[in-house]
Amino acid sequence: MSFLDIEDLAVHFGGVKAVDGVSFSVERGEVFSIIGPNGAGKSTIFNLISRLYRPTRGRIRFDGQDITELPAHRIAPLGIARTFQNIELFDHSTVLDNLLMGRHVHRTTNVFQDILFLPRVRREEREHRQRVEQVIEFLELEAYRKKTIAGLPYGIRKIVEVGRALALAPKLILLDEPASGLSVEESREVAFWIEDMRRDMGLTVLMVEHDMNLVAAVSDRVLALANGRPLAEGAPSEVQADPAVRAAYLGRREVAV
Amino acid sequence: MEVLQLLVGGIASGCIYGLVALGFVLIYKASEGVNFAQGDMMMLGAFIALGFANTDQMGLPFGLAVLLAMATMFVIGYGIERTVVRQIFGQPQFALVILTIALGFVLRFVAGSIWGYTPLVLETPLAGRNLQFAGIVVSLSDIVTIIATLALTLLLWLFFAFSRLGLAAKASSQNQMAAYIVGIPVKRVHSLIWGLSGAVATVAGVLYASKGTIDPNIGLLGIKAFAAAVIGGMGSLPGALMGGILIGVVEPFASRYLPGEIGLMSPYIIMLFVLTTRPGGLFSQVRMKKV
Amino acid sequence: MRVVFKTSYDSDIDLHEHRGKRVVTGMLIAFMAALPFFVGDYYLAEATNTLIWALAGMGLMLLVGHSGQVSLGHAAFLAIGAYTDAVLMGAGVPFLIAFPLAGIITGLFGAFVAIPAVRLSGIYLAIATLALFVIIEECIILLAPITGGVGGIFAPAIEIFGVSFDRYAALSNFYWLVLGVVILVTWGYANAMRSATGRSFLAVRDSEVSARMLGINVTRTRSLAFGLSTGMTGLAGALMGHYIGFFNYELFSIFVSINLLLVVTIGGLGFIQGAFVGSILITVVPQLIAILRDTANASLGIDLSAIPGLDTMIFSVILIGFIIYEPSGLWGRWLKIRAWFELFPLARRDMFRRQKTYLKTERMR
Repeated sequence: MSFLDIEDLAVHFGGVKAVDGVSFSVERGEVFSIIGPNGAGKSTIFNLISRLYRPTRGRIRFDGQDITELPAHRIAPLGIARTFQNIELFDHSTVLDNLLMGRHVHRTTNVFQDILFLPRVRREEREHRQRVEQVIEFLELEAYRKKTIAGLPYGIRKIVEVGRALALAPKLILLDEPASGLSVEESREVAFWIEDMRRDMGLTVLMVEHDMNLVAAVSDRVLALANGRPLAEGAPSEVQADPAVRAAYLGRREVAV
Repeated sequence: MEVLQLLVGGIASGCIYGLVALGFVLIYKASEGVNFAQGDMMMLGAFIALGFANTDQMGLPFGLAVLLAMATMFVIGYGIERTVVRQIFGQPQFALVILTIALGFVLRFVAGSIWGYTPLVLETPLAGRNLQFAGIVVSLSDIVTIIATLALTLLLWLFFAFSRLGLAAKASSQNQMAAYIVGIPVKRVHSLIWGLSGAVATVAGVLYASKGTIDPNIGLLGIKAFAAAVIGGMGSLPGALMGGILIGVVEPFASRYLPGEIGLMSPYIIMLFVLTTRPGGLFSQVRMKKV
Repeated sequence: MRVVFKTSYDSDIDLHEHRGKRVVTGMLIAFMAALPFFVGDYYLAEATNTLIWALAGMGLMLLVGHSGQVSLGHAAFLAIGAYTDAVLMGAGVPFLIAFPLAGIITGLFGAFVAIPAVRLSGIYLAIATLALFVIIEECIILLAPITGGVGGIFAPAIEIFGVSFDRYAALSNFYWLVLGVVILVTWGYANAMRSATGRSFLAVRDSEVSARMLGINVTRTRSLAFGLSTGMTGLAGALMGHYIGFFNYELFSIFVSINLLLVVTIGGLGFIQGAFVGSILITVVPQLIAILRDTANASLGIDLSAIPGLDTMIFSVILIGFIIYEPSGLWGRWLKIRAWFELFPLARRDMFRRQKTYLKTERMR
């Protein structure tokens, strides 16, 4: 059994089959990318894994556990963190607080201890901060620590969101278009981080991305989707060379001419 | 017989709740905002009609007075949006909630300063005339209320379904940014909708006044109308009307056949029940945020 | 401009950013504690009233400012607190037990009714609380044998270990009691906000989806916020009952809910300090209006008291002004002024300019 197993997953919104019979599995320590044209159902798969949508059929298993029926807030404690395509940060909080919110699953104190701020709460706060500082250092966010999200440029917000996911200390991280809207240099940095996450932190990475250079540079395996159905799966170069994938991206020759 | 009597009276007062609720729904449909001053707009509309129609005031013919009052309230609604509500465009929803509550108090003060706080009677040609059908006595104003409400609801529904302004309002509520991009003057649409809901509120106010006295505090009826709008689902015009009628009918029956204060509480109990079982209202739309 | 160098995590966790602020807080508490020695009974009573309003305001602040839920019916929770306390004490329960119980019972009630209510978003929740308010008001009248119904109920005099804390017989003691409660609650509130509890409230306020993705149980967090909020409000209600002495359901009208909203909005949403600033405003402005009324009457011969509803009108206009021109309230304005002085002469005009946001529907069709 693999680390993450997706089996015949499907979700239909009314008559629209957003995802229709997708199966794949991700091994521990792997970087797995999902590509496909707009509307192929890539983000929908993420939303299904993080239980924001209820699948019409199919199973999702993570680390030997069936998570298909779990409520959304039970996903993070299992060790799955994610980012969003359109950035969902806590806009009125500082970068530091955003990252600290990522530590929520490691909280052991209850509300009454918090109100009295018992020594135990202080100890735990210190530990959270220590972990968060490591993330800040890794992503080089030192300059923005005390800045409010609402005033930060897009690229930084994107990084903060990755930081928040890392603060959770997950086993599996879902990155939804980590390089979209970033400059060429910035997306090159993303490639380095993903390498580091895998090598130094032992993370498994599941990524949705349009930037083929990034995908080819970091992925072990790639799954191509179109119209909610799988087209091809394999090493980046194989998938890129696949005629069905080319057709989906560029249109068929007879249509193109 | 008593049951039928209660039923007709209930439907008629339900129609007034429904009409005020229509005003809520109009604004909600256009801007996803809720106008807590709707009840007070109804009150002001009734008073303006009174100012035009009563013999000791301007003494205009009743029909003309109502039309003038509607026009005046259209301008007032339009003006409120232009000068106050537009300022908080883009702020979180509850800013509008608090703002309109405050606006309601201002309107109440204005009406109180002009017409005083003692209850007044609007002179209508409907007053005191009764019709008799098969043993039950129905007041003419109840019949007119029901007919006027049905006609107005139909008209508004047609407006949203087919007219350019109605469609523009719907579009601008669903995605302001996109509406801008396709060239809808979102702000002007909002102003017009506020004007329209002022005019609708006037009709409700006049019909309310035809059944009894009015004073600056009748705007509190807005809370009940609000319950009606919620029961029907905030985005649905026929829903608002149905919600209003439901409340209007249940209320007299509960007061008649159940002990104590249950009658007064009944609209809110129904509303809480609907909210907890079908949060979107009886005519609900699927609500889910896209990420 | 003061630059704070942080040398340990503790300095970041601390309630006060630097020693200067700690000194200011200490001085403020000392001043408040010494107040009975240099003001008369009238102003002391007003100060007590302000503190009680601040306590209730903190209750609503936690809900509206920090967890992003609007309640239009908080007067109902004031009422529950006041009646619980008065009824328990009337039955012979000592204040030291009845008072915390009033908070706990109100809080539990709030959290309990919140479980279905918090699933509702924004406006629906506001409406549900409004309905709840009406229902509770009617229930108070219905339960006349316990609550005294329309006639009203008497809040017994407070006595702790033989010392009187009665509002009339021993006003200074009552003042200190209220001050002590307010300081304790403020401390607990600030503690909650600097720990995981507070962060989960902010998370739920700013992005529900993200909060769920971080493992935060949104429903539970929201009802927790509701419970804490109503608990604080219940304590304030109990004190308010003692402050008034004899009251019926009319003390907790819809206008009280609106006044509470006024306190948090004008004070500054999202700042604990805002509740205090707002409550000062709401108790001082009626006094100013009264003075204005007297001078207008004496010097100009205009009888403003002949215009009923003027107070509410003035409050409404102030509220509208704040929502339009300073949504972050008086405390937010103060922070901006302070920043301007700290940076002088380098402050820029658009330093605090808000970003324009567009409304996107949460409906999907």
